[in-house]
Amino acid sequence: MTDEYTDNKLETKAADSSSGSYTPPAEAIPAKENPEQELYHAKSFWTKWVFCQDAKVIGIQYALTATAIGFIGLILSWGMRLQLGFPETFSFLGPATYYQSVTMHGMIMVIYLLTALFLGGFGNYLIPLMVGARDMVFPYVNMVSYWMFLVAVLVLLASFFVPGGPTGAGWTLYPPQAILPGTPGSEMGIVLMLVSLSLFVIGFTMGGLNYVITILQSRTRGMTLMRMPLTIWGIFTATVLALLAFPALFVACIMMTLDNLLGTSFFMPEIFTMGEKLDYAGGSPILFQHLFWFFGHPEVYIVALPAFGIVSDLISVHARKNVFGYRMMVWAIVIIGALSFIVWAHHMYVSGMNPWFGFFFATTTLIIAVPTAIKVYNWVLTLWRGNIHLTIPMLFSLGFIVTFVNGGITGLFLGNVIIDVPLSDTYFVVAHFHMVMGIAPLMVVFGAIYHWYPLITGRHLNQTLGKIHFWVTFVGAYAIYFPMHYLGFIGVPRRYFEMYDSPYMTSGVGLNQFITVAALIVGFTQFIFLYNIFTSWYKGEKSEKNPWKANSLEWHTPDYPPTHGNFGKELPVVYRWPYDFSVPGTDKEYIPQHVAPSEVPTAKAEQT
Amino acid sequence: MSKKELNIFKLLAEKPWEASQAEIDNQHDGRTLDLSKAKLGVRTIMVVSTVIFSLFVVSYSDRMLVHDWRSLSEPWLLWINTAILILTSFVFHKAKIYSEKNEFEKAKNTLLLVGFLSFAFITGQLLVWQYYVNLGQYVSTNPANAFFYLFTALHGLHVLGGLFFWARATMKLFTKNYNIFKTKQAIELCATYWHFLLIVWFILFGLMIAT
Amino acid sequence: MFVAIIFALIIVASIIFHFWSPWWWTPVASNWGNIDDTIILTFWVTGAVFVAVCLFMAYCVWAYRYRPDRKAEYKPEDKKLEFRLTWLTALGVVALLAPGLVVWNKYITVPENALKIEVVAYQWGWNYRLPGDDGVLGKTSVGLINDDNPFGLDINDPNSKDDILVMDADLHLEINQPVKVELRSLDVLHNFYVPQFRAKMDTLPGIITYYWFTPEKKGEYEILCAEYCGTGHYAMRGFVQVDEKKDYSDWLAKQISFEKMLAKKELKNLLIAEK
Repeated sequence: MTDEYTDNKLETKAADSSSGSYTPPAEAIPAKENPEQELYHAKSFWTKWVFCQDAKVIGIQYALTATAIGFIGLILSWGMRLQLGFPETFSFLGPATYYQSVTMHGMIMVIYLLTALFLGGFGNYLIPLMVGARDMVFPYVNMVSYWMFLVAVLVLLASFFVPGGPTGAGWTLYPPQAILPGTPGSEMGIVLMLVSLSLFVIGFTMGGLNYVITILQSRTRGMTLMRMPLTIWGIFTATVLALLAFPALFVACIMMTLDNLLGTSFFMPEIFTMGEKLDYAGGSPILFQHLFWFFGHPEVYIVALPAFGIVSDLISVHARKNVFGYRMMVWAIVIIGALSFIVWAHHMYVSGMNPWFGFFFATTTLIIAVPTAIKVYNWVLTLWRGNIHLTIPMLFSLGFIVTFVNGGITGLFLGNVIIDVPLSDTYFVVAHFHMVMGIAPLMVVFGAIYHWYPLITGRHLNQTLGKIHFWVTFVGAYAIYFPMHYLGFIGVPRRYFEMYDSPYMTSGVGLNQFITVAALIVGFTQFIFLYNIFTSWYKGEKSEKNPWKANSLEWHTPDYPPTHGNFGKELPVVYRWPYDFSVPGTDKEYIPQHVAPSEVPTAKAEQT
Repeated sequence: MSKKELNIFKLLAEKPWEASQAEIDNQHDGRTLDLSKAKLGVRTIMVVSTVIFSLFVVSYSDRMLVHDWRSLSEPWLLWINTAILILTSFVFHKAKIYSEKNEFEKAKNTLLLVGFLSFAFITGQLLVWQYYVNLGQYVSTNPANAFFYLFTALHGLHVLGGLFFWARATMKLFTKNYNIFKTKQAIELCATYWHFLLIVWFILFGLMIAT
Repeated sequence: MFVAIIFALIIVASIIFHFWSPWWWTPVASNWGNIDDTIILTFWVTGAVFVAVCLFMAYCVWAYRYRPDRKAEYKPEDKKLEFRLTWLTALGVVALLAPGLVVWNKYITVPENALKIEVVAYQWGWNYRLPGDDGVLGKTSVGLINDDNPFGLDINDPNSKDDILVMDADLHLEINQPVKVELRSLDVLHNFYVPQFRAKMDTLPGIITYYWFTPEKKGEYEILCAEYCGTGHYAMRGFVQVDEKKDYSDWLAKQISFEKMLAKKELKNLLIAEK
């Protein structure tokens, strides 16, 4: 890697644009200012596939690791659902195991699956390709980032095999309960969880550094920020959020580890439990909650923003129409990202914090609804007067819109402080966050995989299996979580192992059984998807280059699928935004980003 | 157009699909900021560290208000360590100036002095720990102690992390054919980082003596 | 065609489910009917948006499905439309938020005549303390808890002597008497939640939290812990019985005060010592 590029080189270029009336011809290519990056070339199998510094391979490594751990999370959810739906028939889970499953399921899905998949997986694969770079700016650091992630995952898995098992403190890990003996896994499980999270944060920071700097500094010529695909905008903003929010988790983890191992009292007040007074005194459990949610709320958007970006691109490509209101979409992403740092305490309305905070946080929370709603309108308006190909990525995008709107509006219930009072800690909350940050982003993940799978492997996924996968997953997941809101209305609290004798549960028994059956079917379908991924890798229908007729750079590499270094000898030069579909005044149906105006048959008409 | 767009509002108001905007955009070289990627990397790391330390400071101020808080009395050794750290930062600044003037032999010696001073600082901090332990002031004795140990440990780890990159920069000067540009940049970045660590220490130490 | 119909059907099914489902909240038994009203308002506003957006989407999928001869419209943005939609949404948000904040203000403003009672949560059960004749709850501290003093009451505080201790998960309340529940936890986080009262708040060790309500309907209601508190979380139940004034007085008369309990314990200890 060289970075000889210094400040003095800029001055020579500044002259031509500042000379008043001179307008450069549209074709003029700026002199190459970004020095060619020296690539690290792998020499052996090990450096090519295992300790690899190519962002594409790292992306796949991230995605596979995240998927593997995600399937463990899925299987844990089956155990929980069987217990909730058929407590008498399936009694293999005791309360302790049940709570351990709940905790590990939550933590795995939110952090180790979704965060790692969107940023580590899609981020690594797509950023260099989409902005026209050969690789990330710090490939070595990028590799270390993946290995830190893998170690974090292994530490997490190790906690299944220590005495006492993994922690069962709930994914929020609230002290004092998380480190007291009344909670399963309070011996070693919680320590491993905290260590694993800290490792994840460190590893992620290394990756995040790469994503941000690559996007800012390593784009190809002509690629202005406002010419980037929304996917990159989403990933970029999410990474910035993550870099600023994960430290809060890190700080909370360190302090809780000290409370647990060294007996400090950061979060631990005076406690009388199991017949004796503990040595702790004066700590504040609410402080932990503030730290946790200062991370936890941006975390929601760390998952959601890449999904927003990706789905915008999918809808645009498959509806053959530009994203409606591109600028508004970018603004919405940035505004949502900024606002997400001042809404965290809406998770804590009934936590016992100063009740006056409720006014502030309810207001900020509902304000976020405005940019979010605009995004939804723009997705739907992109479909309006489009030419919609009902491909599998498009189907998943439509599924995303339905589930996201559904989960988004229930957020308006929970964000409005007084409505949160009866509904918080009930199944309404469970249904809400599964719909909005479980199902909706997963719809995008699936859509994105069907969309980019040909780019990665050169083959299509099996279409029939894909359609089955979509319909069962979408309808099934909707059937799980839509009725679940109503359990919350009844008042069924979340994190209850069983409620046989309560009127709340007995009225919902049938519903619970239905949800369990639906969950098993949806879960099973994911194995069909997995099967599809692995068999199509070598048996799938060969895909021609750029099968979806997309405009963004990743589809226009000289080698297909793209190889090491991405763009062959010359980096592409970008002449347009990535949404030139169905441009009037030309007979080309789509114009890729790197096509110069002179190459377009008939000049593009002036549009406003 | 090589002029970098620094006004974010102006940037976000661009209409990339318009022909007039396209002409301007076509001249863009693909970089947002006039900074080398290494510089930007170090700055990002410093931002992340600042967030971490700020959150600790916030927790400190929150925890301080509880009645069981008993401030520690700072030993004179801590003042000496602070002086060493100031000196380190100053010497590093000199090393940077030497390297800018291409006086690498002098830079080499000052860098070695930096290393010595930094290790002296770390040792000094460990001695302070020992001092407190001998007094029976353990980490769990009082929240003030817990924060003291936590702050010094984290700051110390940051210094150690910096020393890793200091070592890489200094080693370059000992090899025969080193890349002058890279070495200069490495020294400059390390110097910035050391100043950052000094400021962090001022804030943490100031907080601890003020309360 | 097929796809658009299925999407439309899902929306219609959702509406049908909403109106025909037997699963709905339990009748409110406190003064917080206002909360239900806010929920209903939110339900109609957001429900309308959900149905409108999704049906519009289904319509687009049907009307603009792929045809080889069709060319999509090229329209990067429509400022006027986006501007209108933004303000319309903002207006909707204000309409949801404003009433919500008014009710929240009521929720955190405790009326003067509210009876203060204390709920003590522990792993995994509930105890209660009533203030006795002086209407004031005595001071407590976790450090003072022992077998003779399970609530950790401060013996030197004159207010604590007549405090009534309910060492049982069943609590009785007098109908139409506003209550301020002061929540205390001995160990971890819990949450005192009775679905019919609609109100809830976490209990925290080291801090006293509160909320208030007026029980307005006679009956027995289940108390649920609504903040995860360890393995026994799901089993942490209790009951609130809302009584007429007379029944309530009868129940109260049967309860024991702190002073009496101490005396009893001392007597017992004396007896043991004599033996």
